[in-house]
This record gives sequence, structure tokens and C-alpha cells, in this order.
Amino acid sequence: MTDFWPWISLAGLGAFHGANPAMGWLFAVALGLHRQSVRVVWLSLVPIAIGHAASIAMVLIMLAAFGAVVDLRNLQFVTALAILGVAGYLGFYGHRHRVRVGMRTGMTGLALWSFLVATSHGAGLMLVPAVLNLCLADHAGIVGMTNSLPVSLAAISVHTVAMLAVTAAVALIVFGWLGLQALRSAWINFDRLWTIALGATGLILLIG
Amino acid sequence: MTTWRPDPSFYPSPRMAAKAPKETIAYVAAFDPDRQRPDAIAVIDVDPASASYSQIVGQVDMPNVGDELHHFGWNACSSCLCPNAPHPHVERRYLVVPGLRSSRLHIVDTKPDPRNPRIVRVIGPSEIADRANYSRLHTIHCGPEGIYVNALADRDGNAPGGIFLLDHDSFDVLGQWEMDRGPQRLAYDFWWHLGHDTMITSEWGTPDTFENGLVPEVLLGSNYGRKLHFWDLHKRKHLQEIDFGEEHQLVFELRPAHDPTKAYGFVGCVISLKDLSASIWTWYRDGDQWAAKKVIEIPAEPADPDLLPPVLKDFKAVAPLVTDIDLSMDDRFLYVSCWGTGDMIQYDVSDPLAPKETGRIRIGGIVSRATHPKAANGALNGGPQMVEISRDGKRIYFTNSLYGAIDPQFYPDGIDGWMVKLDAGDNGGISFDENFFVDWPKGHRPHQVRLEGGDCSSDSYCYP
Repeated sequence: MTDFWPWISLAGLGAFHGANPAMGWLFAVALGLHRQSVRVVWLSLVPIAIGHAASIAMVLIMLAAFGAVVDLRNLQFVTALAILGVAGYLGFYGHRHRVRVGMRTGMTGLALWSFLVATSHGAGLMLVPAVLNLCLADHAGIVGMTNSLPVSLAAISVHTVAMLAVTAAVALIVFGWLGLQALRSAWINFDRLWTIALGATGLILLIG
Repeated sequence: MTTWRPDPSFYPSPRMAAKAPKETIAYVAAFDPDRQRPDAIAVIDVDPASASYSQIVGQVDMPNVGDELHHFGWNACSSCLCPNAPHPHVERRYLVVPGLRSSRLHIVDTKPDPRNPRIVRVIGPSEIADRANYSRLHTIHCGPEGIYVNALADRDGNAPGGIFLLDHDSFDVLGQWEMDRGPQRLAYDFWWHLGHDTMITSEWGTPDTFENGLVPEVLLGSNYGRKLHFWDLHKRKHLQEIDFGEEHQLVFELRPAHDPTKAYGFVGCVISLKDLSASIWTWYRDGDQWAAKKVIEIPAEPADPDLLPPVLKDFKAVAPLVTDIDLSMDDRFLYVSCWGTGDMIQYDVSDPLAPKETGRIRIGGIVSRATHPKAANGALNGGPQMVEISRDGKRIYFTNSLYGAIDPQFYPDGIDGWMVKLDAGDNGGISFDENFFVDWPKGHRPHQVRLEGGDCSSDSYCYP
């Protein structure tokens, strides 16, 4: 199958989001430490994953809606511009997510926080090229609701499962074994890496 | 510009911060009470192994006169590691230095040469007034939404005072913080419990009641600040106020527990109208409300009226005047500055509702004029005032001046500036470092101390 790589990239992006402390595992660890409970760490992962999945679902629903009426070349062009726009914004203004969700938040607040963080990162947009690829493998030139819905659902699932698995693994390792000291050295600038990745993807899409 | 790794001075928890390397320099705000020469941030060598230990080794002068530098803070701190507002790749390199009188805000870069910091931006009072409608800038804390600056008055010098936000990269004024201030009018200090999404603010007065000194009629009329305000930190909404009552005046410095799981803290009340005593109160969570209880009362000391300034003569007693407090990083020891009597008192506050005195030294003081082993002069004036504790809790630094217009009300013969350092025992007890005494150069008086890399009143933490 030629569409092996899109699945890998969907999972890889999920793993990247899962590894990024700012995307959720750190919040799960913090809540676990505050309530002194590993169960809270586990429970927190659910709304974090739901919020993240909702954010990318929102983008893919928009893709399907536009895809039904817009020519593929145009869609790819618009997607490339959108990704470059987000990269430019993040590069210029930085990742300032002043999301007003506190440390006493409940599970709904945590899901909302995860949704807003993923959305402001442009997480869903990065999935578009892979989903476009998958849709095109079977239905040349058309991205409509009927053919894109199952592919999109599968894409969201693969991305979210990968994200959740890495989030859970890191959260539990830090909570139970590594400790917070890891934050001081291992928290590399994911935001900058993400901005670079967005920029590169946008350019490739534009040229390709 | 962001970095690849978190700033090495950030620590997730207070326990980890207490193991940070020792500070080698301290920054001290110094002001000219006569407003004739520029105020400055002085750099003090606090490395005992250095040949210039206990000396001023650098200084940055402000570009104007009459700022009245008072309190200042860092652009970024350990709260950048918080999970709900993570931005750990900013650098802690800028000191944000407000003028309490001028309402001017100076951004001082300490990075290229920590001993020779330089001013990189000055934000004028009109910019702050236009964007946030505030003036008389007082305290700086870095936190979840950037840099928080509080102000004691609106742009015209009236109530309400409050808080505005500053971007921690660009230093642009982002606007007023409060969305619903409820009954809050007066401002003085502020800090928060990050783990409980709660901000606390305290009260002083409007500029017309302090810029020419304390006004006896206002004080005796119980019209200076006496309340604590509790806010939702994220909704920026006033939740509750606690009135300490008519007897208590000047409810000032706030020191919440550093451990973010703990929901209590301490506030100093400068003076009681009943008997001139000073007091420390503990606020704490009581069900779904906040409560406060007086836990320490420091009595006034009888004194010969001939030795007292006019403001105290009729009372025949020297008031302790608790003007600053500071809490060690392990939340175990509270340090209390008695600017009137000259005492620095250390309390074990392991049980925050039942403190125990564990150490006391005396230096300066309105009547006692106690000296220091290294002081050339036998009688020191001023008294323990702004106090700062090293992150490991072993070194305590303080200076002796309160505020230009108030200093002569209590020390009419003037204040000669000094800065001293105490050593603290592991289980309590304090003593002078006999080798550390900064005889402050004439013309300036030292005020707040900030330590390289952070100290016990700079950072806040999200993890226990």
C-alpha cells in the first residue's frame, strides 16, 4: 500500500504531542501530585485525550466540508497557506496560551484546556496533508463527506491513540519513577520544534 | 527569544528550589529620599569566597530623578513550569523595576554582565495610565499570564488601586487584570496560591495619604487599609474580603505557603491603634471560605518620651512596626522585621496557627540604636526592614529604610543606610554574619533585596 506513510506520520504526530509536556502529561502529573493519587493521573488522561481529539476532529470536519465543494489543488494550496500562517504566527508571537484553566479544574475543564491548547497549536491542521493523501489513494480528486468520513475517523483514532499512549507512558514514568527533576533538563523547546515542523510541512505542501 | 532548555533557575517545586546553588550576588533597590539624584539598582557581592564580599560591586542608575524605587521583581520565574500555563523557555534575565512615586517602569537586563546590568526599556507613566489606568507601581510577580504589576492608585492618584499585566517577552502593557473587583478599593501587596487558583491582595492607602508621610488623622481614624481580598486567579474575580477591624491598620506584606498544596499564608499588620502592637495573621481555608486569625502579637516597648519621635512621644512607647515578613522555602520559618524596635524575629511556623519564636536579633531601632560587629559607627539608625531569604533558607539579608517620606517620621535624625546578613541554623536560631555589613553610600537608602537566580519571595510553584 502506498498509504502506509500517512498512517505513520499521523501516529508520529500523536507521539510528538504526547511527549510535549505542554500538551497534557504534565497536567496529569500535577493533578496526581496535588491529590496524591496515581488514579488521578490515569483519570486525567481521558479528558486530555478527548479534548485533543475534539480539536483535530473540528479541523477534519472543516476539511470534509470544504473538500466536498473545492477542487483538491485549491484545497491543498489553502491548507499550505493556513499551516504557514499558523507557523508564522507562532514564530512571531510565540506560544502564548493564556488559557484560563486553573489547577483546581475538574475533568470538563481539563478537556476544554486540552482542546484549546491543541487548537492554538494548529494540531489538527498538521493532520490534513496525511488525510488528504489517504482520501486520494482511493478516490482521485474528490474529498467529500462519504469517502473522507471513515478515513478521518481512522486518522483521529490513530493520532489520538498514539498521543494517549505516549502521554500515559510519560506521565506514569515521571509520576512514579523519574520525578519532576526531569522537567529541568528534558523539557526541550517543543514549541520551537513544532513551529519548525509546521513551517516545513507548509512549504512542502505548497511546492508539492 | 526563547531558549532550547528551561531556564536553569526554574524549579518545579519549592523542595527542589531549596537545593539550588548559592547566590553570589544580590540586587538592591536604592533611592534618594531628597529626589535630587537618580535612584539605582545596586549589585552586592554576597559570595563569602570573594575578595569584594559585602561590597557594592556594580550599579545601574535610573534615567530620571524621583522614581522612589521600592519593590521590583524578575520577568520570569519557576511558575513558567506550571502545566496550565507553560512557557518555560523564557529567560529569567530582566529585572522589572517600578518607581512607586514616578509610576515609571524600568526593564533592566542582567544577562550580558550580571554585575553591570543595563536598562533596556523604560515604560512611561502615560503608557501605563492609557493602557491600564493605573499609577504608583508597587510590587512585581511573574505568574501564569505574564508579569503582574500592582499599583496603589488609578491614573489620577485616586482609588481604586489594582493590578495590570505586562507581557514577559515584549514588556508591553497588556491592560488591567481585574474583571470584577467587587468592593476592593485600596491596594498594597499581592500574591497567590497557584495550587488553589486564588490571588490575595492587601491594602495601604491612596497617594495623598502616604506620599507626604503617614497622616495621623487617617491612621487614628482607622482609614488606612485593614482588609485582605481573595480573588479567583483565572476568572480575575473578587470572591471574598476579610476585614481585620478598626483596631488594625496597615495590613501589608503577604507570604503564602510555597507548597502549592497548602492553603494558608501569613500577613503582617503594622500597628494596632489600641496599644501600638504589631501582629501577624494566618489566613487559611475554612470549608469553602477563607478565614484569618491573629497568631502573633508583638507588643510595644515602654520608652522614655525624650528618646521618641514626635509621632510616638505621647504614647511613651516604641511601636514594633512590622513592615516586612518573609517565609522560608520549606514553609518552616517566618522572619518578621520590627522596623521600630529594631528586632528581626524568627518564628517556627510549622504549625501555621501556633508559631513559636526560635530566634531574635536586634539592630538599629528608634530607641535602642543597636550596632553591628562590623559597623564603624556605634549606634545605627533605621531598623530591620525589607527582608529576603536565600532559597536554601540559610542566609537572610535585610536593609533598613522604609519609605522616603515616612523614614523621618520615625527616625527624625535621618537614616544612614545599611544592609546586613544573618546566618540561620538548621533547626532555628539566627546570628549576624560578622563579616557582612554594607555601610550604604550617603545619598541613597537601600530598600528591597533580590537574589541572583531567585529567592523566597520571587518564585511560585505548581508542584509540591
